[in-house]
Amino acid sequence: MNTNGNTYTVIYSVVLVVLVAAILAFVAMSLQDKQNENVKIETITKVLNAATQIDASITIDENTDVLEMYSEKIDKAFYVDGNGNIAGEMEMGKDNKNNIQVPSTADLKKQNDILKKIDAAKDEAGKAKLLESLRLPVFVFDINGQAVTVIPCYGAGLWGPIWGYIALAEDGKTIDGAIFDHKGETPGLGSKIAEPAFYIDRFKGKSLGSGETIFAVEKGKHDDNPNCVDAISGATITSKALGKGINLWAKYCMPYLEKAAVSGTGASCGQPADAAQIADSTATAADTCAAVLINQMEE
Amino acid sequence: MKDINFKEVLLKPIFKGNPVTVLVLGICSSLAVTVQMKGALVMALSVTIVTGLSSFVVSIIRNTIPNRIRIIVQLVVVALMVILVDQILKAYSYSISKSLSVYVGLIITNCIVMGRIEAYALGNKPIPSLLDGLANGAGYGLILIALAFIREILGSGTLFGFRIIPQCFYDAGYMDNGLIILPPMALILLGIIVWIQRSIQKDLQEK
Repeated sequence: MNTNGNTYTVIYSVVLVVLVAAILAFVAMSLQDKQNENVKIETITKVLNAATQIDASITIDENTDVLEMYSEKIDKAFYVDGNGNIAGEMEMGKDNKNNIQVPSTADLKKQNDILKKIDAAKDEAGKAKLLESLRLPVFVFDINGQAVTVIPCYGAGLWGPIWGYIALAEDGKTIDGAIFDHKGETPGLGSKIAEPAFYIDRFKGKSLGSGETIFAVEKGKHDDNPNCVDAISGATITSKALGKGINLWAKYCMPYLEKAAVSGTGASCGQPADAAQIADSTATAADTCAAVLINQMEE
Repeated sequence: MKDINFKEVLLKPIFKGNPVTVLVLGICSSLAVTVQMKGALVMALSVTIVTGLSSFVVSIIRNTIPNRIRIIVQLVVVALMVILVDQILKAYSYSISKSLSVYVGLIITNCIVMGRIEAYALGNKPIPSLLDGLANGAGYGLILIALAFIREILGSGTLFGFRIIPQCFYDAGYMDNGLIILPPMALILLGIIVWIQRSIQKDLQEK
């Protein structure tokens, strides 16, 4: 047979491509559920990991039944809009742990796009409408009687998206735990944001500030600045993007966090926070923010 | 039909005809994924499976492939294998799939895969082609693991993520070598490996 004729070549390539496409479609479809389940379990693990960092006795490893642990420790899971109002509930899996709902990275990306639009919005009416349409996922856990609020963050790293979860104490400011992940940051450099040496050691004891710069990831030591952590050397763009992502998300979770801290609604099992103390910390935070901003401008 | 020395097919690519150090193929990924042992190991396994299976499949259909589009046909077969490996890793070994991220997809561009298909699978029967692919993947993997071993110990002080260099060294002023994390150092290390191999194997030296 002449395998070099035009007809043969065209028919051969068409048949080959259709065959390969069919195989791939079949494999993708049959593995889809399993892959989605993996992603969901991973998200739950991350959220849970951030929330339980205050209690060193709780360890989460490959053998932990994270679904069980999540449904046990979760107190409330819901979406808030940009004005700090609760705008929807997430299934917490109290009755059936397989029904747990968590936002996917695609959901986070969608909200992140709205956040960016709000930040860039010029007219007030449009901005108010966008704020209204925000659905930021918030989780409230009960860890040994302490209410821990977990908020997500999302940003664009060097090669792809980076995202994470930050656990806040009852005052809605102090960082109790944090965890980050990335799609494809440089291994050994940017990928370090997903290592405990970064997200536990550097974030513990820090807090969210207020104003335009709520939080930043900058190079240098920041022992005296509670709203800033040291960047990863060799991964400037990933670090900065992480700071920007946290800052953006925290800014629009702030209305809810402040409401919850004052009324104590977020802290169902805790004390309402002292309003004077919050005002105080806001003032100092504003000062440090200004300093950070100046630093940024100098760079 | 010529006789095939299976031992030769299997052993040559490991040392004497190593695809990385002798044929100098697959350099890009051996610089990129050798920062940590775990990634290097899974990458080595994935490449071995992909080279083996693609050589096998191409060898089966070798007599039907129209010569003018043979590179495209090979590419389609390789891409199919790579996506299958990627999908299966995502479903059954999620954490490893995550740690390798984009590099699994980039196996498609690894010259060893195409190189072995062009040089061997197109002219040989399926079983020897399969073995040739697997052996070349293993030879590549060996270099990858050797590089990752040196780079992870010197660059991060760990192996498979476990701390190897004790904390007291750091307290005494020892520091991880940041340079070795970067790809240029991997190239220099690779050069040293080639040097060692050539000094052992005299017939590789140019006169």
